Amino acid sequence: MRTGVFLRRAIALSLLLFGAALVLTPFFWMLSLSFKSQAEIFTPHLKLFPEALRWENYVAAFERSTLLRFLFNGFVVCAGILFFQVMFALPCAYALAQRNFRARSLIFGLVLAGLLVPFHVTAIPIFLGLAELRLLNTYSALIIPFVASVFGIFLFRQAIAAMPGELFEAARVDGLSETAIAWRIAFPLAMPAATAFAIFSVVAHWNDLFWPLIAITDSSLAPPPRGILYFRDEESGTDVGPLMAAAVVVVAPMIVGFLLAQRRFIQGLAVGGLKG
Amino acid sequence: MRLISRRSADALTDLWLAGPATLAMLVLIFIPVAIVAMLSFTDYQFGARSFNWIGFDNYLVLITDPQARRAITNTILYAAIVIPFSILFGLLVALGLHGLMQYAPRLSAILRAAYFLPVAATLVAMAVVWQMMLHPNLGLVNQMLGAAGIRGPAWLSDRGLVLYTLAVIGVWQTVGYNMVLFLAGLAAIPQHLYDAAEVDGADRGWERFWTVTWPMLGPTTLFVTVVTATGAFRVFETVATLTRGGPAFASDVLVYAIYREGFVYFKAGYSSAITMVFFAFVLLFTVVKFRFMEKRVHYR
Repeated sequence: MRTGVFLRRAIALSLLLFGAALVLTPFFWMLSLSFKSQAEIFTPHLKLFPEALRWENYVAAFERSTLLRFLFNGFVVCAGILFFQVMFALPCAYALAQRNFRARSLIFGLVLAGLLVPFHVTAIPIFLGLAELRLLNTYSALIIPFVASVFGIFLFRQAIAAMPGELFEAARVDGLSETAIAWRIAFPLAMPAATAFAIFSVVAHWNDLFWPLIAITDSSLAPPPRGILYFRDEESGTDVGPLMAAAVVVVAPMIVGFLLAQRRFIQGLAVGGLKG
Repeated sequence: MRLISRRSADALTDLWLAGPATLAMLVLIFIPVAIVAMLSFTDYQFGARSFNWIGFDNYLVLITDPQARRAITNTILYAAIVIPFSILFGLLVALGLHGLMQYAPRLSAILRAAYFLPVAATLVAMAVVWQMMLHPNLGLVNQMLGAAGIRGPAWLSDRGLVLYTLAVIGVWQTVGYNMVLFLAGLAAIPQHLYDAAEVDGADRGWERFWTVTWPMLGPTTLFVTVVTATGAFRVFETVATLTRGGPAFASDVLVYAIYREGFVYFKAGYSSAITMVFFAFVLLFTVVKFRFMEKRVHYR
């Protein structure tokens, strides 16, 4: 019996380790290539590890492309989107959760219906609208389409609806305005939901390729995924080392964030499944 | 005394709080959906001054033209591979890690992070890495196969193979997500059910799985299935990065076709029709998901 248990555990563990090795292979290979010299990369013999940790490829990646610019663009776009999403969503969610008004169920119905619509469906009309406003090829074009996050409204509403109504009554008696209640009482209490939403939003928009591919043609506005494709297509596949170094740099913020705050990250991305 | 009555002040507050978001929702979601539905019945091209109503012609092309139809059939085939494998591997890894947690919690947590890594990583960057790994001569995959005496194929330029290659990458990327959901489902199964099953004679791992674990994971499995299905139908990044729908439309999929027809060839009307077909598929899955979520809340 004991050997049976031991054997079963040993088999399960080796399968798990084997699977994890497979899953991690692309990450390992990316790192390995990013430290290899041109000669090492194009050798016909298989070499798993680089001869030495050379940083030349990283230097080249930053020098030869506007990698820093891509990272900056990603930061501006993600921060801009998240800021406006919360600005729009939180007051609306507070009203939906803690106030009584005629249009309330209609608006909440819109929120639920909005969850069914993937962004891709709205791309053509939004593109037309932005073209009409002459906003294509600007940061605005990358931010505006995402400011109305029904998913954000939904998450905040669920969080605020779970808070006791007396809390808000007391604040009203104290003479706080409704706007102040929403931002100074409901918002801090909804922080767990806000964190989950922020992670979901930042990861989704840092990684997005579809919309940047459509909305901008100016490479100096490209967020990281679009940028890395510019880089690849310019170098036409001959400079693998710097390309892999650029990939490491682009992937790193999300990976580091994930490793530092695993539980919150998993939570944030898991709730994303609720969205259509 | 008061300039405005209490009631209209309240109404103004509601408008101030909920109005901007509602307006933004209308302008950025609902009006665009109406417009895209309308455009799908026209021959509108980006930049054109006018358009004609052409009824269902765009849809007819999409269904009858063998090349155009590939976007639909490829997406379905891709999903048909990714959904079962991603769910099966997600479940197996979750079961393994759940068991491991009881005698090696640290290792279990490390492995969980490893399996989840592709979910958080930027898919486009990782797709570029896959491109290097799958290079016919210099790629890691074919070099390994070569070391074993096997001549590896051209993974991304072989018409018969390319969609399967993309599906493998799709599975690689989504297993960790499903694993996390299954782990949460497993953690929610109360121990006393296993004790009861043991009393009833179900004491072997297999029997425990079929009598307790699998039935109790039912709601999780349904949720995972729907999320994986919606994700698979949206496949875009890998296609845009690795194949651009090629070779010869062998890896064309719905979202990539929306992008190509609409924003490369500027056929806004036709692209709108593809959009509506894509929307219909996603809607189908999402409606299933919402119905099931309501039920689960109801039975709690």
